[in-house]
Amino acid sequence: MKLNKDTFEIIFFARGGQGAKTASELIAHSAVREGKFVKAFPFFGPERSGAPTKMFLRVSDKEIRTQEPVTDPDIVLVLDETVMDSQDVARNLDKHEILIVNSANSKEDVRKRVPHFKGSIHCIDGNKISADIIGKPNPNMVLMGHLIKVTEIVDLETAGEIFREVFTEKIGKDLTEKNIRAMQAGYDEL
Amino acid sequence: MENKTIKNKTTVKALNGGYAMAEALRQIHPDVMAVYPITPQTTIIETYAKFKADGLVDTEIVQVESEHSAMSATIGACTAGARAVTASSSQGLLHMAETLPVVSGLGLPIVMCVSSRALSAPLNIHGEHGDVMAIRDLGWVQIFSEQAQDAYDNTIIALRLAEMAGVPVMPIMDGFHTSHTTERVEVLGDEIIQSFVGQFKPENALVDQKNPITIGTLALQNTYFDFKIDQEKAFQKVKSLYKKICVEYGKISGRKYGFFEEYKTKDADFVIVMMGATAGTTKDAVDKLRIDGKKVGLLKINLFRPFPYKEVGVALSHAENIAVLDRAMSFGSFPPLYQDIVTSMQSAGSRKHDIASYVYGIGGRDTMQSHIISVFKDLEEGEIGNKIKYLQ
Repeated sequence: MKLNKDTFEIIFFARGGQGAKTASELIAHSAVREGKFVKAFPFFGPERSGAPTKMFLRVSDKEIRTQEPVTDPDIVLVLDETVMDSQDVARNLDKHEILIVNSANSKEDVRKRVPHFKGSIHCIDGNKISADIIGKPNPNMVLMGHLIKVTEIVDLETAGEIFREVFTEKIGKDLTEKNIRAMQAGYDEL
Repeated sequence: MENKTIKNKTTVKALNGGYAMAEALRQIHPDVMAVYPITPQTTIIETYAKFKADGLVDTEIVQVESEHSAMSATIGACTAGARAVTASSSQGLLHMAETLPVVSGLGLPIVMCVSSRALSAPLNIHGEHGDVMAIRDLGWVQIFSEQAQDAYDNTIIALRLAEMAGVPVMPIMDGFHTSHTTERVEVLGDEIIQSFVGQFKPENALVDQKNPITIGTLALQNTYFDFKIDQEKAFQKVKSLYKKICVEYGKISGRKYGFFEEYKTKDADFVIVMMGATAGTTKDAVDKLRIDGKKVGLLKINLFRPFPYKEVGVALSHAENIAVLDRAMSFGSFPPLYQDIVTSMQSAGSRKHDIASYVYGIGGRDTMQSHIISVFKDLEEGEIGNKIKYLQ
């Protein structure tokens, strides 16, 4: 049974360096900008580039107090489908809930890897979409855009605004706008 | 991620605890900060170093070769008359241990932000209170934080308290749970904080050549004991000053701090006492059990040293059974907070209570609401033995 029914709970699965932390924190910043409460935190393992990582994100209109890891998510986002070889990413996801996977494969192929899961699977080819728009396979913004579409936890405009504030100076205007376009493309994916 | 504050207005940001403490330090604007990295404290000093690189502060950042040197450099700066701060954690904090009673013995108003973490061996970088408990009797004020907001607020309260009371203060947050979790934090205006903490006016300064003083004198059998009794008397004055500062801080922030927070304890028969991040999980568990009509509550300690024995004893006097949850091992004895709560009940002259001891979250082990609910169940069923129970 879910203990926090008025809180939206998300788990991001990825590998170190793929930007799951950036994506979850961008949503956290966007939610706070919109007056919401958040807790965004990693599974506290050693961070090594390439190792499987997990990020937890809670978003609510009310203060969030629990420090527990998310064990019963409302939605799961997988940035690297190879982590599905070793981890049950759909654990505690029920038939009304959604699994978003960065994959060039079909939904049917991905479903074979989580046979117990009865909810819907969204396959987004974030690597291809980001390679087309940004020029290299950085799928995190594409997948984040899609997550925003599906959950409506924040407005896409707010996420773009936060992205510009954080990244324009770091990566330049051109790359910033390309990333925001990638976010929009993920949002528009059906 | 970004750093935009308005001079005299509150800004709402998404920050982790480490950033929140660094943000408070930026507004305090110390003269000197000695830095040596250690997980999970590094978020504090690396954020502050970025502030310096971005030209937001002109603090002299002193990079040292160890934590022992970090505290030594901070002592040097403070005795010279500077407002000086540092930060540490775990093995680093214990490496400093030799210098910590020097700071308190000299009455230096140094603030050290701590992100608490397990101790080796075996190696573990995760959160617990083992490090700060190991140095709890060295004359430093210890203030615990639950969320990133508390970490920010307590850093400001700590600085004011240190300089008013002439004692060193350690604002503490749970490593990772608070230091690395991004959440909503209200950051007060820079000018509001600067006016709250004021200018540092050292009582004595080594660089004041017109008024030469001796610092770190020798005191043998005939005087050392008296120095230490005076130090204890001065330390006891911290409680009333802390209370006063919390009231003043409440006026500018709208947030109420005090010796402890009572969460639904007024009519509670069964009360958990604990400190730090996991108190948030307990609050959710309390709410859940309250829906089922259980009279349960939480008393969360904020000020741990000096310990408010009498006030805690009075606050807990009407509870039937009490469980004390410690996030530290204490080999061969009951853990620290448990011992303090037993003493509190005695010093308040309270009737005999059954008080149970639990240890949780060691080395970052997850503590779930189900653990907390099982503790309340023990209290309700009178399952209180004289042995420590471990919430594994």
